[in-house]
Amino acid sequence: MSFYEVVRFALRGLSANKLRSALTMLGILIGVAAVILLVAVGNGSAKAISDRIEALGTNTITVMSTGRGGSSSTALTKDMADALVDPVLAPDVKSVSPVVSSSATVTYEGTDHDVSSFVGTTPGWFTASNTPVGQGAGFTADDEAQGRRVVVIGQTVAEELFPGVDPIDKQVTVGGALFTVVGVLDEKSSTGFQDANDTAVAPLTAVRQVLTGYGSLNSILVEAADPDKVDAVQSEVSTILDQKLNVTGTTTPYRIQNASQLLATQTETADTFTTLLGAVAAISLLVGGIGITNIMLVTVTERTREIGIRKALGAPRRVILTQFLIEATLLSVIGGALGVAAALIGSSFEIVGVKPVIVPSSVGLALGVSIAIGLFFGGLPASRAARLRPIDALRYE
Amino acid sequence: MTRPVLDVRDLKKIYGQGEATVHALRGVSVTVDRGDYVAIMGSSGSGKSTLMNILGALDIPTSGTYLLDGVDVSRLGDRQLAMARNRLIGFIFQSFNLIPRTSAVANVELPLAYAGVKPKERRKRAMAALDVVGLADRARHEPNQLSGGQQQRVAVARALVTEPALLLADEPTGNLDSRSTDDVLNVFDQLSSSGRTIVLITHEPEVGDRAKRLIRLVDGNIVTDQRQSPINQPPVGAFAGRHSL
Repeated sequence: MSFYEVVRFALRGLSANKLRSALTMLGILIGVAAVILLVAVGNGSAKAISDRIEALGTNTITVMSTGRGGSSSTALTKDMADALVDPVLAPDVKSVSPVVSSSATVTYEGTDHDVSSFVGTTPGWFTASNTPVGQGAGFTADDEAQGRRVVVIGQTVAEELFPGVDPIDKQVTVGGALFTVVGVLDEKSSTGFQDANDTAVAPLTAVRQVLTGYGSLNSILVEAADPDKVDAVQSEVSTILDQKLNVTGTTTPYRIQNASQLLATQTETADTFTTLLGAVAAISLLVGGIGITNIMLVTVTERTREIGIRKALGAPRRVILTQFLIEATLLSVIGGALGVAAALIGSSFEIVGVKPVIVPSSVGLALGVSIAIGLFFGGLPASRAARLRPIDALRYE
Repeated sequence: MTRPVLDVRDLKKIYGQGEATVHALRGVSVTVDRGDYVAIMGSSGSGKSTLMNILGALDIPTSGTYLLDGVDVSRLGDRQLAMARNRLIGFIFQSFNLIPRTSAVANVELPLAYAGVKPKERRKRAMAALDVVGLADRARHEPNQLSGGQQQRVAVARALVTEPALLLADEPTGNLDSRSTDDVLNVFDQLSSSGRTIVLITHEPEVGDRAKRLIRLVDGNIVTDQRQSPINQPPVGAFAGRHSL
């Protein structure tokens, strides 16, 4: 009896029991899809976290004042920012951007928009804070020195004030002064609840003049020459600031936020998260596997009598075994492939706010394990039944 | 005379061990020649089903020899045993044992497929076999769409499609009403008339009466073995059966 004939027998066996075949495949489908999707969701959320942190810029540190109120002895000043640009004491510093920010109302042709973060800074800030200008251009050092009233607006501001209009070279009113829009920032992924695109960036001098006055800075953004030098920069910056602020004790009036430290912590968290999800996936693979085992055992055991009939009609053991192995293979492979398809379709939707990212190895693992289990537990009872004396197989109830 | 189709010597079958030992067969010897139509009768527990399963190569005896068409069945390996079941024996079960959800003609084709016959030839021979049992018009029906008698006739067609040396029937009419019984027995009479060798077991006297030879089995031993009509003529029971209707 040719192999082709046995394949036809297997197909006939599957189509003769359509409901059972469909249910078996469904069981395998769910097992495979669950594992792939779970891992994808875990991977997706880990990726989302690290994306958000990377958006902050990884080779920068932010110096912030811890002093409450306007006590002049603890406030960060433009002087201090200038002092940080020192090739001798701070050789690893690439750029220093003093930052003031406040909320402001921006008006264009009678339309108001409250910008939650109106930033005044120097041109170096755009690269240091990883905020590229998409359309138009940023302002220049000359703009900053001259206190020209130019502004780069975020995506949200552009959409609110200039729906369907090119905002470049339009004039907006901020705090009673006219600013010219010179650029629009690239869309940025939001950190937390604040809309990162609801922002406007203007030269430090202009913002101080119009909005915040000449008081203290909100923060100083220091960019390291190299991501590996961030820690060196941090110690250099604190040495200079300690000198400037006459710090003697251990408590400093400023706080340094290190994005790479934040990233390291968050990556650790994400790793823990991935491990957790891996464990969940392993368990669901086990449960899915037991489901497949169960349905295969039942399917084949139920057909012991049929195997007896076939043996009585003169089917050799090998032919019976091949037929059942092909049936099991078809069920597991088709079920597994459908499971992968279901997982791929499912992963294109957001699941509880997380965009799943498929891990290729999880596809291979889930598919491999289910097919192996399907084959083993489909083949085992079939070979047991094929070895029985026909009369025992026939009497099997 | 050629060699006998069936030659059984001192066949014993013992189930269980110790206290629970059951001697199903206590040394049965019987020879069946080509063209004979033998009915084996016995009450429940007389060992007739055990004998039938051994003759059909579905079960193995504890001791004794069994020559089927001159071949010692106990010496055959799995492959050869499968081939013997396929080519030499056509087995008909009390409970029909058709493959469910598979059409009548596909059921009849099954032994031919295992014998390696090509699909076209297979279909032709399966239809011819169904024609012999008068069910050619039901070829496409699945077992659950057929009556008990029809299912048993499909099973008979399946048993004779490979032209086996021996047709074995294990209480073929046990699950049938009298009308269906008559249909199936007429098929047997017809097959016997055309020279086939048939061995069937039954506990119904009217079935046994139609055979050419009647063997009675009690407690695993043959007690009577009587010839009812000549081996080389159509079974007399056939005509008796028709007259009694």
